[in-house]
Amino acid sequence: MVERTPIFNAICHLILFVGLLTALLPFAVVIIAATHDIKTVNIVPMPLMPGHDFMANIHEAWVRADLGRKLFNSVIFATAVACGKVILSAMAAFSIVYFRFPGRSLIFWAIFVTLMLPLEVRIVPTYAVAANVLAPFQALLDVTGVTWLAAHLAGLQIKLQWGLLNSYPGLVLPLVATATGTFLYRQFYLTVPEELAEASKMDGSGPLRFFWDVLIPLSRSNMIALFTIMFVWAWNQYLWPLLVTTDPNFGIAVTELRSLIPSEFGLPDWNVAMAGTLLIMTPPLIVVILMQRWFVRGLISTEK
Amino acid sequence: MEKRVTFSSTTIGLLFAFPMLLLVFVFFYWPGGQALFWAFTLEQPWGGGNKWVGFQNFAHLLKDPIYWNSITRSLVFGAGSTAIAMGVALVLAVLTDREMKGHSAYRSIFVWPYAIAAPALGLAFRFILAPEAGLLSILNRVWPDIWNPALDGNDAMIAIIVAFSWKYIGYNFIFFLSALQGIPRSLIEAAAMDGSGPLRRVFDIQLPLLTPTLFFLLVINITESFQDSFGIVDIMTQGGPARATELMVYKIYFDGFKGLDYSGAAAQSIILMVLVILLTILQFRFIERRIHYK
Repeated sequence: MVERTPIFNAICHLILFVGLLTALLPFAVVIIAATHDIKTVNIVPMPLMPGHDFMANIHEAWVRADLGRKLFNSVIFATAVACGKVILSAMAAFSIVYFRFPGRSLIFWAIFVTLMLPLEVRIVPTYAVAANVLAPFQALLDVTGVTWLAAHLAGLQIKLQWGLLNSYPGLVLPLVATATGTFLYRQFYLTVPEELAEASKMDGSGPLRFFWDVLIPLSRSNMIALFTIMFVWAWNQYLWPLLVTTDPNFGIAVTELRSLIPSEFGLPDWNVAMAGTLLIMTPPLIVVILMQRWFVRGLISTEK
Repeated sequence: MEKRVTFSSTTIGLLFAFPMLLLVFVFFYWPGGQALFWAFTLEQPWGGGNKWVGFQNFAHLLKDPIYWNSITRSLVFGAGSTAIAMGVALVLAVLTDREMKGHSAYRSIFVWPYAIAAPALGLAFRFILAPEAGLLSILNRVWPDIWNPALDGNDAMIAIIVAFSWKYIGYNFIFFLSALQGIPRSLIEAAAMDGSGPLRRVFDIQLPLLTPTLFFLLVINITESFQDSFGIVDIMTQGGPARATELMVYKIYFDGFKGLDYSGAAAQSIILMVLVILLTILQFRFIERRIHYK
């Protein structure tokens, strides 16, 4: 605060307070609606005093959307994406920053170009690849004539087939294949003092030892930040899980929101819909509230 | 920037990059190539592979008023939500940066909306903005039939813009606030000594210093409005009423997976890819210029 401006400050407080109400209103509506019975929730305007049916609504939503199974899948899915990102990008960035070999800059650009096109934009062909991940390799073998050779010389039919639809790898792998984390690690590795690598080399440690004993412990805070934003990001994915998981056993929580929309000609049971929404939106919110510092830091350093 | 001390083992270096490269090849480059292939070919109705058709798929698209409609809707949606999300976030960040009483509470609560999944807030806003229940239905009590997103295209567009902006206010707030806090206090204090008031300082010091952040967020908001909108549209309106909210990604999904028109969907993907790439290049160029000026 630089100077005394009581009136201006009052106006600022007013604006901030209105902003606060706007930010919190949807949360409040979801929570309050989840406590009403079906009759109260449809009163216009909805009464803002909480009702008594919270547990019943939660139970109904839990059963209707099969949330036990779905939340479990979501936790596995989001954790796997976050871990995959943290590990694979640490490795890729290590290779890009600490090694000199021919084709290194090609690898650098091959990975960074992926920042340009998010999954949603190339969704149709990615789905086709997930239906058979080995298709690219089959095509390569076909083009190079290996298939033909094998068929003629050894009598082998090469037909590579590995479908990822309705499986955890199918959910996770395409979301790991982007450069976000690699960029974060690269920026961090570049700030690690040269002397550390020099000293390790002098003490006779190879790249593996240096990576494991020096870089990994140093990048702990980066890892937490990256894990936090990736967990939230993965939990909130919708389009890809919707396409890949047609088998309810592999469905995740966010795509179940569809089944909670009250149908146009059925009961307008918004209380159950809001109870389900509450259950599904809470886990990432808790992560953000508890890990706020890491979340903000991760967001700012990955995007820049 | 380059490291002076490096390791010389090519094998180990390549092995470290290998898992990521493999994923990127299978799930990024191959699908990208596939999209190009489909966009320029057409599947034969009786099997027998794809036939090369050149720019025919694109020509079909560009002649299709429904496609142009989805482009217009996406632009309206992108412009509207970006303006609201960035404008509101900027005001809130500037005010929070004044570090008045309670600023740390504002600082954390304004981030919360960004933690919510787009479809989840879509469902919440569908209820809040429903014509017959929720909060906004009170409008219909006073003026019957003034608000109905299920029937009126403009209302539906307003509804998805509101829902999307609400989430991205949180996102933009994070970036604006961190950029504002990077401005040296001494600059602000010097300006105050010279007699400029708080508003004057916003326009003459803070906003000019925020230009890189503003530009960065502009690009990110527009590209996110193409992708992250899918969940909101799918839950709130399903592209309706009468295609009024059929945004580009929703149309790709609909044509590709419901209509099974892979070539048409791929051509649309290519157009969207070109749009996103152009935006990103614009952003990279701008960031490069910023570094030069420093």
